[in-house]
Amino acid sequence: MSGAEFGLALSVFLACTVEAVEALTIVLAVGFTRSWRSAFTGVGAAVVALAVLTAALGPALTSLPINTLRLVVGGFLLVFGLQWLRKAILRASGLKALHDEGAAFEEERLAARGAGAVQTGFDGYSFTVAFKGVLLEGLEVVFIVLTFGANQHRVGLAAGAAAVAVVLVILAGIAVHAPLSQVPENTMKFGVGVMLTSFGMFWGTEGAGAHWPAGDGALLAIIPATLLLAVAMVVALRRRAPGAAPAARSDDTAVHA
Amino acid sequence: MRWVDTLLRFVWDFVVGDDWRIAIGVVLALGLTALVAGSSVAAWWILPVAAPALLAFSVWRAARSRG
Repeated sequence: MSGAEFGLALSVFLACTVEAVEALTIVLAVGFTRSWRSAFTGVGAAVVALAVLTAALGPALTSLPINTLRLVVGGFLLVFGLQWLRKAILRASGLKALHDEGAAFEEERLAARGAGAVQTGFDGYSFTVAFKGVLLEGLEVVFIVLTFGANQHRVGLAAGAAAVAVVLVILAGIAVHAPLSQVPENTMKFGVGVMLTSFGMFWGTEGAGAHWPAGDGALLAIIPATLLLAVAMVVALRRRAPGAAPAARSDDTAVHA
Repeated sequence: MRWVDTLLRFVWDFVVGDDWRIAIGVVLALGLTALVAGSSVAAWWILPVAAPALLAFSVWRAARSRG
């Protein structure tokens, strides 16, 4: 496995773990409160929808000319990476609330309780919430799997890394029977943001027709430089507002990490 | 037509995220890279300059608005 392929697998694994942890919280909340059967049906339906999307878009992406593919993928990865990194920097410096799985679980559980009586047989609320949660969290993973995988013609490797992450999160969820609050989500998001931004810069530049002085070796400079810059921003922000402490609640949207 | 509105809003949130300036900045930087790459001048340095600048600007704006 080359360095770039390892970077691909690691990025997809981390991104997928973060999204899977968030999806697990939603499924656990409706499952514990209302109906496990309907929640699992919703999860299954969302997984099928995501698989169909991957199967449909994967070949379409890989059939694009390499420079067009790198330009488009590089651009999207850069936008995504910068957004992930921005959010992770603000959280790490205490300017934005950390995502709290425990609080998110309670919020979902209260909403599930307030959604009326549980229907016997098929509970529409549990199905819809689980379906929506898994689909929305999964879309970002599908996007990363497809863009990273297609660009290096290793969609299988990317999908495999995502599958390993999902299985590990499910096993951990079964083991602890609770939301995975101890997973260092922001650190992982920080790492994913650095990787997406670095690969986005690399492929975007190549796709636009420019060439890196050291070829693929440029990544060995881009990734550490991006990481250093992000860490420096956190340090600078913490010094600027030393009293700012991460709050316990998140103002996250469902879509963006 | 409410679902169209919802779908468009979802796509906007999904692609653009919290700060639309980042998306616009990336598009402009990619365009500039393509333009410069078409000349005899090296263009590889444009994104490594533009991306950190966009990130720093966006973080600075967010930090300022949050006090």
